[in-house]
Amino acid sequence: MTKKRILIYGILIFFVLLFLVPAYMVVITSLKNPLQIDLKTAWNLPHPFHLQGFVEAWEKFRPNIINSISLVIPATIISALLGSLNGYVLAKWKFPASNLIFMLMLFGMFIPYQSILIPLFRFLKDVGLYGNILGLIVAHVVYGLPITTLIFRNYYTEIPTEMIEAGKIDGAGFFSIYTNIIFPISVPGFVVVIIWQFTQIWNEFLFAVTLTSGTKNEPITVALSNLAGGRAVQWNLPMAGAIMAALPTLLVYLFLGRYFIRGLLAGSVKG
Amino acid sequence: MTALNKMLKHKDQIMAILVLLPSLVLIAIFVYGFIFQTGYNSLTDWQGVGEPEDSNFIGLENYKKLFTGLLDIRFRQSLVNTFFFTIFFIVGCLSLGLLFAILLDQGVRFEGFFRLIFLYPMSLSFIVTGTVWNWLLNPVGGINRLPTMFNLESWNFKWIASRTQILQFDWLQLPKFFGIALLLTLVYLSYRYWRREKNVPALATIIVGVVTLVWLLSGGADKIQILKVPETHGFNLAMVGVIIVAIWQMAGYMMAMYLAGIRGVPEELREAARVDGAGELQVYLRVILPILKPITLSAMIVLGHISLKIFDLIYVIAGPDNATTDVPGILMFMTSFRGNQFAKGAAIAMVMLLMVAVIIVPYLVSTLRSEQEL
Repeated sequence: MTKKRILIYGILIFFVLLFLVPAYMVVITSLKNPLQIDLKTAWNLPHPFHLQGFVEAWEKFRPNIINSISLVIPATIISALLGSLNGYVLAKWKFPASNLIFMLMLFGMFIPYQSILIPLFRFLKDVGLYGNILGLIVAHVVYGLPITTLIFRNYYTEIPTEMIEAGKIDGAGFFSIYTNIIFPISVPGFVVVIIWQFTQIWNEFLFAVTLTSGTKNEPITVALSNLAGGRAVQWNLPMAGAIMAALPTLLVYLFLGRYFIRGLLAGSVKG
Repeated sequence: MTALNKMLKHKDQIMAILVLLPSLVLIAIFVYGFIFQTGYNSLTDWQGVGEPEDSNFIGLENYKKLFTGLLDIRFRQSLVNTFFFTIFFIVGCLSLGLLFAILLDQGVRFEGFFRLIFLYPMSLSFIVTGTVWNWLLNPVGGINRLPTMFNLESWNFKWIASRTQILQFDWLQLPKFFGIALLLTLVYLSYRYWRREKNVPALATIIVGVVTLVWLLSGGADKIQILKVPETHGFNLAMVGVIIVAIWQMAGYMMAMYLAGIRGVPEELREAARVDGAGELQVYLRVILPILKPITLSAMIVLGHISLKIFDLIYVIAGPDNATTDVPGILMFMTSFRGNQFAKGAAIAMVMLLMVAVIIVPYLVSTLRSEQEL
C-alpha cells in the first residue's frame, strides 16, 4: 500500500459512510418504539427492536402500495411495447422528416410537466378519469413515450440493416420482420426500458399528487408525503413506510443495476 | 417484379407510418396541444371557477404581475432560489461525480461496491429520500447532533428553518445585471470568433458589445424601473440543506456518466501520453479531461433542466408552503391546485417551460444536426 493508495481508499470510504448516513437513520428510526424516538438520541441504535412500526405502516400503506402496483405494471408494459414499435419505425423505416419528428417527440421528455398539468387535469376530469388509477396510467404511458422510443430507437439502430434486408428478400413485410427478426433480439432493450419505466413511475410524484390527492387511489409516494408532512406523527411510521416505498426500486437496482445504469445513460447521451 | 417489389415496399412504408401515428397524435395533443392551452390560459383571468373559455383575455397581465407586481414577490424569490440552487447543484454534482470517477479509475478493489453505494440514491424516489432528510435536517436533531457521537459540540445551523439571506441584491438592479452578463457573453463570443478567424461575426459581436457598454455606462439600465420600490432578494440559507440532498442523490449519476466517458478513452492514447513523459496527473489533464468536455456539457444540460423543474424533493423536505425554499415548480402547483388561481399558475408554468426550452432546444437541434451529418 503506497501513501497514494491509502489516500484513495480513505476518500472513498469516507464518502461511502457519508452516503450511507440516511440509510442508517431510516433503518434505526423505523425499528424504534415511537415513545423512545427522541431528537437527542436519534443516532443511537434501537433498544430493544420494535417491529410494530412495520406492522402499522404495512396496514396503513398496503392500499397505496396496491395502487402503485396496479399503476406501474400496465403503464410500464404499454409504454414499453409502444416504444418498441416506435423505435423500430424510427430506426429501420425512416421517412422524410422522421428525424425531425423524433426530435419533436423527444422534447416531450424534457418539458416541465407543470406546463401541461392544468389541461391534463381538466381533460381527465372531463373524461371521468380524475382520481382514477386509469387516468394516471394514461399520463404515464403518454409522457413515457419519448424515453421508451429513444431507448429502443438507439437499440435498433445498432442492429445491422442487412438483417432487415435479408428479411425483405425472403418476402417478409413490416410486421413479420418485427415479430420474426426484431422482437426476438429485443430482450435486452426491453429489460432496460421496463426497469427504467418501472423505477420512474413507481417514484413519480407530481402527476400522482395532482391527479389522485385526497382520493382512495393515491399511490405510495403521495401517501408517504402526507404522513411525512404532519408534525405530530410518530416518526417510526414514515420511516418504515419509506423503506417499503423504496424496496421495489432498490431491489431492482441491486439485482439489475447494470440495466438501470444503461437507462440512466440513455436519457443523457445524445439520441 | 420490380414494380411489385416497389409496391410492397411502399405498402410497408405506409404501414410503418401508420404504426407510429397513434403515438404522434398522442404527443401532438398531450404535449404540444396542452402547452398551447396552458399558454392561452396564462393570458386570461381564469380563476378556476367556471370554464376557462368564459374568462377574459387580458394579454400579458399575469406575467407583468409576476415580475413586477407588489404581491408576487414570492415568485421572484422562487426564481432567485432556483438560480442559486442550479449553480450549486450543478457545480456540486459535477465535481463530486468527477472525483468519484477518477478515484474509481485508479484500479481500486471492490469498484463495483463503491459504484453501487454512490449510485443507490438515484434509484429512490425523492419522496423517500425527502422523508428521511426531513428528519435529518431537523434543527435540534439529525445531522446537527452527529458530532455528539464523537463527543464533539453539536452544530446549530438551522437548515430548512434558517431565515438568513446572503448575497442580497435589489431586484431593481436586474437590468444592469443582465446588461453585464450580456457584455461578458459578447466579449467571450467575439474572442472565440476572432481565434477561429471568423472576422464578420467577430466584428458584429464587438459592435453589439460596444453598444451594450455605452448603454450600461450612460445609465440606460437604471432608467428601466421594473418595480416602484426597491426589493431585496438573495440566497436563502434554508436552501443549503436542499442543495446538499440533491447533490447526494444525483452525484452518482454524474459519476456513471464520467466513468463511461473515461472507460471509453483508448488505452493507447494514455500510453502515448506516458511515453511522451507525461505523469499520471498530466495524462488526466491532457488526455482525459478534454475528452470529457462534451460529457460535461450534456451533464450540465441534464442537471440544469432537472434543477429548473425541481419539485418533489423540496415539497417533502421543506413542505409545499414554505416561502423561503419556494421554487417555481411548487409555486405553480400551489397557485393552481391549492389556490385555484389557474391563470397565474399557467403563467408560472410557461415561464418554467421557457427556461427549460432555452437550454433543451439548442441541445436537441445540435443533436439532430450531428445525426444528419453521419
